[in-house]
Amino acid sequence: MNTDVITDIAQAEEGTSLWQDAWVRLRKNHLAVFGLVVLVTMIVIALLTPWIAPYAYDAQNLDLGASPPSAAHWLGTDVFGRDLLTQIMYGGRISLAVGFIATSVALLIGVTWGAIAGYVGGRTDAIMMRLVDILYALPFMIFIVLLMVVFGRNMVLLFLAIGAVEWLTMARIMRGQVQSLRQQEFVEAAVSLGLSPATIIRRHLVPNALGPIIVYTTLTIPSVMLLEAFLSFLGLGIQPPQTSWGLLISYGAETMEEYPWLLIYPGLTLTITLFSLNFLGDGLRDALDVRGSKD
Amino acid sequence: MALLEVKDLAVSFVTRNGVNKAVDGISFSVESGKITAIIGESGSGKSVACYSMLGLVPMPPGRIDGGSALFNRQDLLQMSESELRKIRGRDIAMIFQDPMTCLNPYMRIGEQMIEPLVYHRGVSKAEAMARAVELLGEVGIRDPETTVNNYPHEFSGGMRQRVMIAMALINEPKLLIADEPTTALDVTIQAQILQLIADLQKSRDIGVIFISHDLAVVADIADEICVMQTGTIVEKGDRAAIFDHAEHPYTQKLLAAIPSGGKEDTVEHDDTLVRVENLRTWFNAEGQIVKAVDDVSFDIRRGEVLGLVGESGSGKSTIGRSLLRLVPVTGGTVTFDDTDVTALEGRALKDMRRRMQMIFQDPFASLNPRMTVFDTLAEPLLLHGIENRKSVAQAVLKLMDDVGLVRSAVRKYPHEFSGGQRQRIAIGRALATRPEFVVADEPVSALDVTIQAQILELMQELGREYGLTMLFVSHDLAVVRHLADRIIVLYQGRIVEEGSGEQLFTTPREAYTQQLLSAIPGHSLGSTPAVS
Amino acid sequence: MGRFLAIRLLQAIPVILAVITVTFFLVRVAPGGPFDSEKAVLPEVKAALEAQYRLDLPLFQQYTAYLGDLAQGDFGPSFKYPGRSVNELIGAGLPVTAELGLYALLIATVIGGLAGVIASLRPNTPQDYIPMALAMIGICMPTFLLGPLLVLLFGIELEWLPVSGWGDIPGDKLLPSITLGAAYAAYIARLSRAGMLEVLSQDYIRTARAKGLPEWQVVVKHGLRGGLLPVVAFLGPAFAGLLAGSFVVETIFQIPGLGRFYVQAAFNRDYTMILGTTVFLSTLIVLFNLLSDVLAAWLNPRLRHQFGGKA
Repeated sequence: MNTDVITDIAQAEEGTSLWQDAWVRLRKNHLAVFGLVVLVTMIVIALLTPWIAPYAYDAQNLDLGASPPSAAHWLGTDVFGRDLLTQIMYGGRISLAVGFIATSVALLIGVTWGAIAGYVGGRTDAIMMRLVDILYALPFMIFIVLLMVVFGRNMVLLFLAIGAVEWLTMARIMRGQVQSLRQQEFVEAAVSLGLSPATIIRRHLVPNALGPIIVYTTLTIPSVMLLEAFLSFLGLGIQPPQTSWGLLISYGAETMEEYPWLLIYPGLTLTITLFSLNFLGDGLRDALDVRGSKD
Repeated sequence: MALLEVKDLAVSFVTRNGVNKAVDGISFSVESGKITAIIGESGSGKSVACYSMLGLVPMPPGRIDGGSALFNRQDLLQMSESELRKIRGRDIAMIFQDPMTCLNPYMRIGEQMIEPLVYHRGVSKAEAMARAVELLGEVGIRDPETTVNNYPHEFSGGMRQRVMIAMALINEPKLLIADEPTTALDVTIQAQILQLIADLQKSRDIGVIFISHDLAVVADIADEICVMQTGTIVEKGDRAAIFDHAEHPYTQKLLAAIPSGGKEDTVEHDDTLVRVENLRTWFNAEGQIVKAVDDVSFDIRRGEVLGLVGESGSGKSTIGRSLLRLVPVTGGTVTFDDTDVTALEGRALKDMRRRMQMIFQDPFASLNPRMTVFDTLAEPLLLHGIENRKSVAQAVLKLMDDVGLVRSAVRKYPHEFSGGQRQRIAIGRALATRPEFVVADEPVSALDVTIQAQILELMQELGREYGLTMLFVSHDLAVVRHLADRIIVLYQGRIVEEGSGEQLFTTPREAYTQQLLSAIPGHSLGSTPAVS
Repeated sequence: MGRFLAIRLLQAIPVILAVITVTFFLVRVAPGGPFDSEKAVLPEVKAALEAQYRLDLPLFQQYTAYLGDLAQGDFGPSFKYPGRSVNELIGAGLPVTAELGLYALLIATVIGGLAGVIASLRPNTPQDYIPMALAMIGICMPTFLLGPLLVLLFGIELEWLPVSGWGDIPGDKLLPSITLGAAYAAYIARLSRAGMLEVLSQDYIRTARAKGLPEWQVVVKHGLRGGLLPVVAFLGPAFAGLLAGSFVVETIFQIPGLGRFYVQAAFNRDYTMILGTTVFLSTLIVLFNLLSDVLAAWLNPRLRHQFGGKA
């Protein structure tokens, strides 16, 4: 008897989960695949930079000065004769790190906040979301500038500050998800089966709320990177000797009349990365959107 | 000469996965002053056929493959978009299923109503508005001079459908296409709207195409009936021909699916399993107290099926959910086998949940889309320790057999199943814990009629096999009568009348019950099915 | 209408108060006083200065005094420009920034809205792809990169347009306005496309077509209102973003506006100036958010009941 069961199960047709469906749809979206490939490449390069960068980070060549792209310096050099490619690679480490760490901060706060508000509901929800509304009305860009001025240009603070701005939307999305899922009959069914709230959240709510969260995370990273670059451009973000793409663009803009490559290459790198992330995010949104795939 | 003469109409959709023949060569005609009904289940092509004639199917992906549709001797299919536009809204008007989404929420209804008149006939706005007010009065909207300036959300569903009808009639069209115009409405409202359509059609001598999935709905009003299945008309004829001597097996199946008659073997004993006393479930909606269930008392006997009937807002679903502690109860007691369910907490509540289960309305929402059939069915078995990890596979397959699912589908996800199959999974989940009592909340109202019949049959079968006591919640009196030993009629959170199915149907005491009964579509069918 | 507005305004007061409080104490706890950088300030001069700026009072009294001044519309004196008040500086910068912001917003809504609507009419055709690709570039090309690139191309290479200033030479307002507006044009294009696509798939659009209305009337009379609602709701956040963007644009193009003052004040640690500008800009943003919320609600009849009575 038991062996029958085992053969029955073994012979059962493999189902395709929504994740697999989404993956198939994503692979058909060329722009999203392009974005994914570029992004993975960027991350790999950033991780390996200390070993694969063509020059040392602080290697100057004052005799050479600013030089246009050449065989020795593929993207040229800056006024101190430093290799621009090396600078961009090291800058990428910072820019990507800010993007990912600050987004993680936002994810952590936002998802927890939103999930609690959405699940508990009632007065707790009203108070928690009212707070989010109030914070939304605050001019955060101005506040971050202020923070940077007051406390000096501190990396950790930068991560925290940016993360603190971006969690608001995350919290709203998560709450919306949890609220709409809670009203779904399959959650009621889980309650009527006698599942504990923790199990319901783990098995029934989280897996179903994951899609929008992933999509929004992918779209938060570029906006965080943009924010860092913005601050660095104003001279309020990353400070030398460290560098980031925003800082490189800022330097490039100062000398663009004489040495345009110093503006163009860092700008191009940042733009391509932001493109990739946005394409990937859009692609994921289309691929994971249950509403869009039903018709 | 018929008003509309459709011959060999064929429409297909070109998609990446190939060509899908939605309408495969259908012919029918509509006479002035007559109602032609097109009946079919979802996907039968009934709506596509009518929309494509009027150029309302986007092309591509849609494509007209052939045929003709002569309206006033002109072929609609040969017309350019601008020629068709002159006919739409002037000579041929339409009303749709969901009056909520079909009216523009950002415009006052008056502005929307006069558009066809102003555009097609160049009537001045003031004149058109006067006409709109007149028509609103004619379709039974109270106080039309004021309400003409309201927005759609300020009307109830039935009133919105009346507005839609008035809007469709504003140009005095010769042909009216009504696409499931009453499907989204409560039965008593449905009866009123059907009557309104029939009256207006008679008084104006216009032709009507009435599209519906429900044969019973058109039984009282249709002159001609075309039955569609997968893109073709399998049978057509006048009302009598279809209802009295249907020939095609599909038509017979549809007729048989109309629930009728009472339950055959009713349970007759006094062993009470569930006793509901003075149950009150109130909600707080934005500071206002909504008394969804207000002081309701009844008993459910062991082994019986108790039907709970009411229109939307009657509190019937809330009662079911209150019994299972899915919504917080405001007051009263629910005694299940000598235990007060409303007082249970923690471990005791969990154990009680094993004994009482629920089957939900929407099989698309009641299954977790990220869990396989196996996971869904195994969850209750493992949770309540009914099976262990080793034995659970066998129990799951047994359940699948019971509810009529093939074993090979055990690793599939809900979105890979049809609505009826999903409802089977949901039934399997509810029965997994071997409960004594099941609340079925409109378990078939989201399904096509022939599927409805199958699921109802399955529930009856399993009810006997598992020895279930059932609370069957539905808006559909005919379905409930077919299934239930006793019936409770609800109105606005209170019990109106209670009795055996037979007694309620033959000698209803209360006015509201009588009103409900007379609203059941298909009066001309009589009380026994035409095809057995 | 009046009551709804009054309630929302009352709700804005604690927000603005919170902004003032947080900003005030943040600035005060900052390490290093404003006069520390001046090397050889005599102790008595420093004491006099501190007295003049009320730095000698206990912190809480400084706070209440500051609130008192604010209530009279007085943002206090500037630390770094002795003899000039923050009010004067704001007064000088505001008209310039306001004008720049207005042009940018105009570019953003008109071009963005148009592009989005056009794209939505024929989805997944070149009419959709081309504006949306441009919009994507607009989103991924930050202001501080677009500005210098435009200067490089139109100012330095082609020499068509002036590269700096505001109102000095004809045409010098063009590049800054485009630079500032581009990203928001891109956002609005995407928003309005998504909004229009959503609306155009609604049943009531089918109803409008079934009435025989010509397609342009279907789009304009039945589509636009619902489709552009998200854009209206976005105008509040967009305004805040534009202000922040003006920091960059005014720096790049050397425009004497509020944004440039603010960045300079940040570098100079001109605390009263930062404090004053932050409070001023925040209030502006809060009010603008409020305005766009109210407008969006008012445009939606289903929400209009909040305004009380029949609309």
